[in-house]
Amino acid sequence: MRVKGSRALLESLKREGVDTIFGYPGGAVIPIYDMIYQFPDIRHILVRHEQGAGHMAEGYALATGKVGVCLATSGPGATNLVTPLADAMMDSVPIVAITGQVRSNLIGTDAFQEADITGITMPITKHNWLVKDVNQLPEIVAEAFHVARSGRPGPVLIDIPRDVSDAEFEYTPVESVDIPTYKPTTRGHSVQIKRAAELIDQAKKPILYVGGGANHAYAFNEVRELAEKINTPVTTTLKGLGAFPETHPLSLGMLGMHGTAYANYAVSECDLLIAVGARFDDRVTGKVAEWVPNAKIIHIDIDPAEIGKVLLADVPIVGDVKAILTELNKVVKGKQHPEWVSQINKLKQDFPLHYPNDGVLHGQYVIEQIGEVSNHDAICVTDVGQHQMWAAQFFKCERPRQFVTSGGLGTMGFGLPAAIGAQFGAPDKPVFCVTGDGSIQMCIQELMVATIYKLPIKICILNNQFLGMVRQWQELFHENRYSSVDLEASPDFVKLAEAYGAHAIRCFKPSGVRAALEEAMSITDRPTVLDFRISKEENVYPMIPSGGTIHQMVVQRPPDMVPLDSYIASETYMGEDDQATQEEKETVPVPRAK
Amino acid sequence: MTQTQQHTISVLVENKPGVLARVALLFSRRGYNIESLAVSITENPSISRMTVVVNGDEQEVEQITKQLHKLIDVSKVQDYIDVPIIARELALIKVNAEVNNRTAILQLVEIFRGRVIDMSDKTFVIEVTGGNDKIDALEKLLEPYGIRELVRTGRIAMARGVRGM
Ligand SMILES: Cc1ncc(C[n+]2csc(CCOP(=O)(O)OP(=O)(O)O)c2C)c(N)n1
Repeated sequence: MRVKGSRALLESLKREGVDTIFGYPGGAVIPIYDMIYQFPDIRHILVRHEQGAGHMAEGYALATGKVGVCLATSGPGATNLVTPLADAMMDSVPIVAITGQVRSNLIGTDAFQEADITGITMPITKHNWLVKDVNQLPEIVAEAFHVARSGRPGPVLIDIPRDVSDAEFEYTPVESVDIPTYKPTTRGHSVQIKRAAELIDQAKKPILYVGGGANHAYAFNEVRELAEKINTPVTTTLKGLGAFPETHPLSLGMLGMHGTAYANYAVSECDLLIAVGARFDDRVTGKVAEWVPNAKIIHIDIDPAEIGKVLLADVPIVGDVKAILTELNKVVKGKQHPEWVSQINKLKQDFPLHYPNDGVLHGQYVIEQIGEVSNHDAICVTDVGQHQMWAAQFFKCERPRQFVTSGGLGTMGFGLPAAIGAQFGAPDKPVFCVTGDGSIQMCIQELMVATIYKLPIKICILNNQFLGMVRQWQELFHENRYSSVDLEASPDFVKLAEAYGAHAIRCFKPSGVRAALEEAMSITDRPTVLDFRISKEENVYPMIPSGGTIHQMVVQRPPDMVPLDSYIASETYMGEDDQATQEEKETVPVPRAK
Repeated sequence: MTQTQQHTISVLVENKPGVLARVALLFSRRGYNIESLAVSITENPSISRMTVVVNGDEQEVEQITKQLHKLIDVSKVQDYIDVPIIARELALIKVNAEVNNRTAILQLVEIFRGRVIDMSDKTFVIEVTGGNDKIDALEKLLEPYGIRELVRTGRIAMARGVRGM
């Protein structure tokens, strides 16, 4: 059949099961946009900034496990995808970015809106393609999806010159993909699996350290089976949240810089670390040389380059985490560790996650309430900062794909668009976006998309009037020199939300939180923005300083520190009363720690 | 800590535009200096072979080879550190050759089994192949006459015997 390149592109996308594209048009992609008309099964979401399109594709992919797709024009459209691509690369998120390119005969001439996007994105994509000949287009699209979703997932980019979209050719759909130079190992080596099982059966104090790879591989049941079979505590990374239910008695929550104290103590004491789809990130290990001094290491990962990158493993197993755990579960004998578990339970009692109970509104409380109001069934999407760490600590994930966050790159601005992508992918789940007054302002324009599509996302701004996480570091490591972190001058988020057509609530006091969240849950035809005025100078604890060791962990707010400000307004919970709000704002003292 | 050593790494890649950039980028991104790099097609015109010389300890180079292997266009990677290999490079050296120096220079070239492949009233161009030590040595000996231009290909290498990649 003779068709245009643009039609072949959309046919190919349809064959890959694409139902949603997040994008923004421009000269180089007009032929593609024209063709979208003829594909009613594929809905196109018009974003307000291409960065939003990229993060929406990520949110969609993370919430559903499917490949997210975004589309942008050449030049500035394409370069606006750089941050989401880098983000997806760091967190192994499968997305396909399609960019328009100037006409083939103009490539390399500094033509209008030309950017060498394949060159620019080489280090931040798993692979990328410039389509030079329309005859290659179907094959490239098929390969792109294959590369994005197989092995260690990741972002890919396809750059399509305008004349290629317009060119007619004889189209035959691609039935299967075979890239001889790309054959990820999926099955783990049986000898290594046996050796791992032996180590596990010998260990006295084993621990499961579970990363994002377990979520990507859907290894939820297998992780749980192993943990229960050998009665071993489980800690997850930020990206591993949800790979093991945090309400399970064996759960230690998150480990690392802002992980629970008991997870970090347990890891530092273990004699066997079973790493599952985790990459020993520096936020997890701190000072590597002193991290797991007494432990043997089993490292299970689909990416051979992760093995031995940071720490040498005693037993490395390359392959699909789910497949390997299935085999491993068959051969481990199931030695129990009652003493180890009770030692850990004691740690849990002695060092619980903690925040002040002083009548002041704290971010941690808001997060706890979000978990409760939604029966721990919501998808929690976060931005980056203190609020993200509180969400990781207090939300209590119960299932995979429930926690959507930017871990590796730590991208402020990720939250709102990723929440939109997640809601498109999982329309039946409540979606909460936990964000900060800084982060929300990085992609706030996408609120319009949420309103237009009537997405009932609940955007919870933990508003501390600071770039909180940076302020925390300045407080702790730079003698309170709060250089450029003051966000007192922010727009009135309630008015702003209303201008975008969203519902808006402002809340000052713990006693108002529940009602505010319930109100948000009851709004189903548009997004709700909740402006939670939280304690200004609260910190995230526990904290291990960057590159530090367990001995430097600060478990909770030191008692000799000045008490947290009593940043409270009179009203408990406000609906739309902006007038009062304005006054409150002016009477609020600006506290400074000593 | 393992010792830093010079590694000769052979990489088989698809013969496509952009592949060299991908490989080179991988080295620079992870902070490794490429000592030398030679690329050309192989007996199979759709495959190119890159020979990369790099310094690093065992773990670093292992990481590099693994990362190289991850590139979609790379089919094989071999670090020749424990493999007997033949390694060569080619140099072209344009040296001042005044009439009264010519015999001496020709003798040097002879000893190093090079060849004079161009000659003018003031210069020779000498071609020499061999390991980099040999070329370094010849270069040093020619220096007193005045080297005007020097081009080296960088190392190419192949495993000895039936062993290949
Ligand atoms: C795009 C981007 N720029 C800068 C940073 C550095 N950074 C990390 S956390 C943070 C503060 C975030 O402030 P806010 O969103 O208000 O959240 P809070 O920490 O107050 O909860 C900053 C600036 C970043 N992570 N991303």
